[in-house]
Amino acid sequence: MNSPLAIIIRREYLERVQRKSFIISTLLMPILMVALMLAPAAIMLLSGPENKNVAVIDETSQKIGQRLNSEGELTFTAVATDPTEAMANEDYDAVLIIGSDAVSRPDDIRLYSHEAASMQTESAISSQLKNIIENERLKSYDIDNLGQIMKEIQADVRLETFRITDGDTSETSSLISYIVGTITSFMLYMFILLYGQMVMTSIIEEKNNRVLEIVVSSVHPNALMMGKIVGIGLVAITQILIWGLITTACSMWLMPLVAGAASATDGLDIGMLGSPLYIMGLFGYIMLFLVGGYLFYSSIYAAIGSAVDNIQDASQLQSIAIVPIIVGLIIGMTASQDPSSGMAVWASIIPFTSPMVMMSRIPFGIPAWQIVVSVVVLYASFLAMVWLAAKIYRVGIFMYGKKPSFAELIRWARYK
Amino acid sequence: MDNIITVEGVSKSFAKHKALDNVSLAVPRGSVYGLLGPNGAGKTTLIRTINHITAPDTGTITFNGHRLTAADTATIGYLPEERGLYKKMKVGDQALFFARLKGLGKAEATARLKEWFEHLEISDWWDKKVEELSKGMAQKVQFIVTVLHRPQLLIFDEPFSGFDPINANILKREILKLRDEGATVIFSTHNMASVEELCDEITLINRSHNILSGSVRELRRRFSDNSYEFSYDGSQDAIRAALQPMTRNMADAPTDREGLRRIIVNLHDSSDLPLAVAAANGAVRLEGFRALLPSMDDIFIKTVEAANLKTPVQQ
Repeated sequence: MNSPLAIIIRREYLERVQRKSFIISTLLMPILMVALMLAPAAIMLLSGPENKNVAVIDETSQKIGQRLNSEGELTFTAVATDPTEAMANEDYDAVLIIGSDAVSRPDDIRLYSHEAASMQTESAISSQLKNIIENERLKSYDIDNLGQIMKEIQADVRLETFRITDGDTSETSSLISYIVGTITSFMLYMFILLYGQMVMTSIIEEKNNRVLEIVVSSVHPNALMMGKIVGIGLVAITQILIWGLITTACSMWLMPLVAGAASATDGLDIGMLGSPLYIMGLFGYIMLFLVGGYLFYSSIYAAIGSAVDNIQDASQLQSIAIVPIIVGLIIGMTASQDPSSGMAVWASIIPFTSPMVMMSRIPFGIPAWQIVVSVVVLYASFLAMVWLAAKIYRVGIFMYGKKPSFAELIRWARYK
Repeated sequence: MDNIITVEGVSKSFAKHKALDNVSLAVPRGSVYGLLGPNGAGKTTLIRTINHITAPDTGTITFNGHRLTAADTATIGYLPEERGLYKKMKVGDQALFFARLKGLGKAEATARLKEWFEHLEISDWWDKKVEELSKGMAQKVQFIVTVLHRPQLLIFDEPFSGFDPINANILKREILKLRDEGATVIFSTHNMASVEELCDEITLINRSHNILSGSVRELRRRFSDNSYEFSYDGSQDAIRAALQPMTRNMADAPTDREGLRRIIVNLHDSSDLPLAVAAANGAVRLEGFRALLPSMDDIFIKTVEAANLKTPVQQ
């Protein structure tokens, strides 16, 4: 543990893990994520229709207005007054006028409201009216036992999906796979971007305060670069392990409850998330692709960081790294809708996009050889990239003042 | 006297710029060696090649009789011109980190650090962060980091910049002490007074070339224009008349504190000195005389300007 590389790794790691910001963000992030997922639901809940009192003026002979059920926040009150009078009455939020021929001409139904009617109010009223009018029309055919026939032909389709693997069939839910794939793919994107940029910023900082010169007068520049990449990578792993532990714990204790409730309500089978084995396997893959993707991209970031004097100058060169990461995320998102498409397969093998795309495909279950090829290509590309980055880094760290172009970086790499 | 480091025919080019062109020099063991030159002359590049930070394109660097290798950096201490410390790290942890990079064990490094911190009276800084220190304070920490592993060769790039006179003196004292204990010191500076005070030998680099090397004493003698100052009591005209035959130039200087008159003369040749003394002694009451050696400042400016005249800047 006393080689210069180990000393550098230890410094890079401890320096970051002991920071307050790391501890806070590690603990706060899961809370934030949960909040982020719950926020849309909460907003929907809050923005739902307020209590609406709707006056119904029914001119039809069938009196279909009486069949409107007050449901949720909607209350229907049949009134027999003149429309203008009802509209003037402040007790009613809206006035629904059903024309006398509404059953044969459903466009003769009007809703007047003081404030703009919300989408929910509109759709609630029109779906009720639709059912009522349809029933009314059916009735006009005079079919016996109509009620019973209708009940019998009603079908509630619920698709159970199975995946054929070697030997047995395992139950999967493509919706769950989709959610898991999307989340993990996004997580990888976030980690690679965040920690890759951390490598870059830290190199720029060292270059600026000239610590670099002292360190490289003691150790080889490659050791400093590798030490930094590995040290920061370990920070990322630490963070994800902590999150992994939290998630596994949650899934063991909380999931059975949630799963029970969920499948009871809308048939969503999230039972497979309750299995610690499944979660652990998933984390294994996350680690494999996170580490590979991070190593690959942080090498690129290291080369960029060594070449510039400040973050502002880095922004242009950074696109070399950012663009493929984002492309990877986008392909990953589409791949979770069609995990076996040609583009998804190829993008999950090309190292620039493979971590994100692979993570969104794995939950669906894909051939093992694809995973193996992807991992091998990713780690081999990392070795090639770090070799190239080291060459640029060695030249770049002593270049001050001038912002190099991409072509110049390549030229530096060719120096002896 | 043997040389701790020998640089032979070293050249180093960057993209469009030749930083060092066939530079040679030898640093005697146990000396204080000055590396002088205008800004951008190539001093820092030379220092980096000696430090094994960058490799020369051509030429060799011999350290202790063998070709310089990465392992030798453990016996070299380097204080770069722009000081580098991690701002957010505590002083003690940081010093320990650098010491361990140089191969010191943890216990030994800690013991030596405590000793040095006490010696420079900065023990209470141990747990401070570097960003809380003033520039001068950070310099002291950096100095300790440089010398802690007891290197045989110390390289200081502009060591006095940022120090107040008191701390600059402490630093000078420590540099000389390290030399007396057997270390060799190379330092680059623009401060010519400190060169005269500290350096045994110097090399002057200008536009990537070594244009002057030698011992400070010898150089000052070599660049002497045979100026002497005579202090006397008597008539100005008398001494001028007496010295006229052997001088190129004469100038009266203000009387000194004891009221003695002074005259500065340029002799045709240094061998004329006994003759001049005898002649002056006959004309006035001669109280004393001393050679006026050129300052390193003069030598620096003269040599650099002469070199620049010979080879105008290539565009």
